[in-house]
Amino acid sequence: MTPAGSPGAGAGIGAMDRRDMAWHVDRAARLLVFVGGISAIVFIVGIFVFITKEGLAFVLGPLKLGEFLTSIAWRPTSNNPTYGALALIVGTASVTGFAMLLSVPLSLGAALFIAEFASGKTRETLKVLVEMLAAIPSVVWGFVGMSIMNPLIIQTFDIPVGLNVLNAGLILGLMAAPIMTTIAEDALKAVPDTYREAAEALGATRWEVIVKVVIPASRNGLLAAVLLGVGRGFGETMAVLMASGHAINLPTSVFDSVRALTATIAAELGDTVTGGNHYGSLFTLGILLFVVTFAINLTADIVVRGIRRK
Amino acid sequence: MFAATRLNRRSYRNQSVARAVFCLMTVALVIPVLLIVGTLVVKGGPAISWEFLFTPPRDNMTAGGILPALVGTVWLVVVALLASVPLGIAAALYLSEYAPDNLLTRTINLAIINLAGVPSIVHALFGVGAFVLFFRFGASILAASLTLAIMTLPVVIVATRESLQAVPQAFREACLNMGATRWQTIRKVVLPNSVSGILTGVILEVSRTAGETAPIMFTGATAFVAFLPESVFDQTMAMSYHLYYTATQATDVPEELTFGVALVLIGMVLLMNAVSIGFRVYLRGLKKW
Repeated sequence: MTPAGSPGAGAGIGAMDRRDMAWHVDRAARLLVFVGGISAIVFIVGIFVFITKEGLAFVLGPLKLGEFLTSIAWRPTSNNPTYGALALIVGTASVTGFAMLLSVPLSLGAALFIAEFASGKTRETLKVLVEMLAAIPSVVWGFVGMSIMNPLIIQTFDIPVGLNVLNAGLILGLMAAPIMTTIAEDALKAVPDTYREAAEALGATRWEVIVKVVIPASRNGLLAAVLLGVGRGFGETMAVLMASGHAINLPTSVFDSVRALTATIAAELGDTVTGGNHYGSLFTLGILLFVVTFAINLTADIVVRGIRRK
Repeated sequence: MFAATRLNRRSYRNQSVARAVFCLMTVALVIPVLLIVGTLVVKGGPAISWEFLFTPPRDNMTAGGILPALVGTVWLVVVALLASVPLGIAAALYLSEYAPDNLLTRTINLAIINLAGVPSIVHALFGVGAFVLFFRFGASILAASLTLAIMTLPVVIVATRESLQAVPQAFREACLNMGATRWQTIRKVVLPNSVSGILTGVILEVSRTAGETAPIMFTGATAFVAFLPESVFDQTMAMSYHLYYTATQATDVPEELTFGVALVLIGMVLLMNAVSIGFRVYLRGLKKW
């Protein structure tokens, strides 16, 4: 750099500042790439704006919040329509809850095994299989629920219908497991090896290292993994639509059929009149889904950021 | 002197038990994949034939093949990729090469996580509200593909960003020191060194896009059309929606046929995934730095 104020400084900088073709291309590329960068924000805002736009007339008009949250009568097509979403909310919650009972311990166990015990070929194979599990499309999971699990459940438990909380929960658990396993494994791997070595040097076994060092150090990452798994289960559509029985019902056991928020939209949107009340009510369910998943993802992000700052 | 004490033995027993339990848990997760694929192959395998793959359905879906659905899925995937790959690569370039660590970048990252996390049916509602109604594309391949593109954008962004960040910083510095602009560095050094990693991400996106059902149900997929799509403004059949329709809506479809559709769909998706994974393993072997 030329020292400021020395003679000829301005001329030197002027000579260096060659705004040629390459400079302009660089400028244009920077702008284009920036547009790509903010597109994600544009889309997420766009999703909220457009589903709100379609749902707003219903929210401000026929929606009775008390009925929406406390009644189980979802009768949008009756002559005297009622829009009680309680059974749908409970349906989603029961299936997701049951799925998590199965999926959280299995995924965290699998993540611990892959990150802390397995090595070499075993580890790679297991990771590939978990990735394959994540790759199976949700409509295929739904089909598996209908055509493989359904007869199996009917036979095993001697009940008339096998499309219920148990069926959908098992399937959803397997669907949510890969994302939890992958993120939990990342969190475990982020714990520095020096921590493990220090504990092992003090005579701790692998198990003691995991319980006393690795898990406490990766707690936030593991929590974020569980949250993202819950989000995944909560928003799943096709598998739940096909395997849950799709019956409006407050379940009293895992053998009851239920109906989920997502499945209701998928099953009914095709039969609605654009702009009508039924149409608006389904978009209102969409707004609810969007807000809840956004909150879950935001929480997971804040939780993960918590560890980084420490 | 170094004989194991009772405490030592108990610690080691704990460790073996833990190891065995975690191993079983992992197996419990991966066994279903093998069982599902196995069952689909056994039950759907007999349905697969040249006729099944290359003729349209007949007699109210109860016979014939899946040609229009296969072709429709290819249309949907190709149009979706045309939209999302350039955009996704641009976003990844911004995040990896330009973005400072500030509030905007954190917001972009949060938006990407949310795009991946928003339920697929909400993406479908957005597709209806935005592309079908607001932009007046109607229910068409274009509307369905754009909905899919936005939904799978995070897949491209995340994979591309990872492979861009795997290019050593020294490569960039060497190029910038020669007087190249930022863009010349990206164009001549960063992209050539990460193009194969980006390709891996794109293949993964193809597999995701081909399997999605909910986002296309109301934006362009239809249960039956007798002809193959000719433009992006046509409605189309698709493999994923065809499976949903034959499994739940159509009546008297022979079980074998539905299993055949499921087998072809999962075969396509898993093949794409296997290619992507194999490619990644091969590339890791090639890395020279």
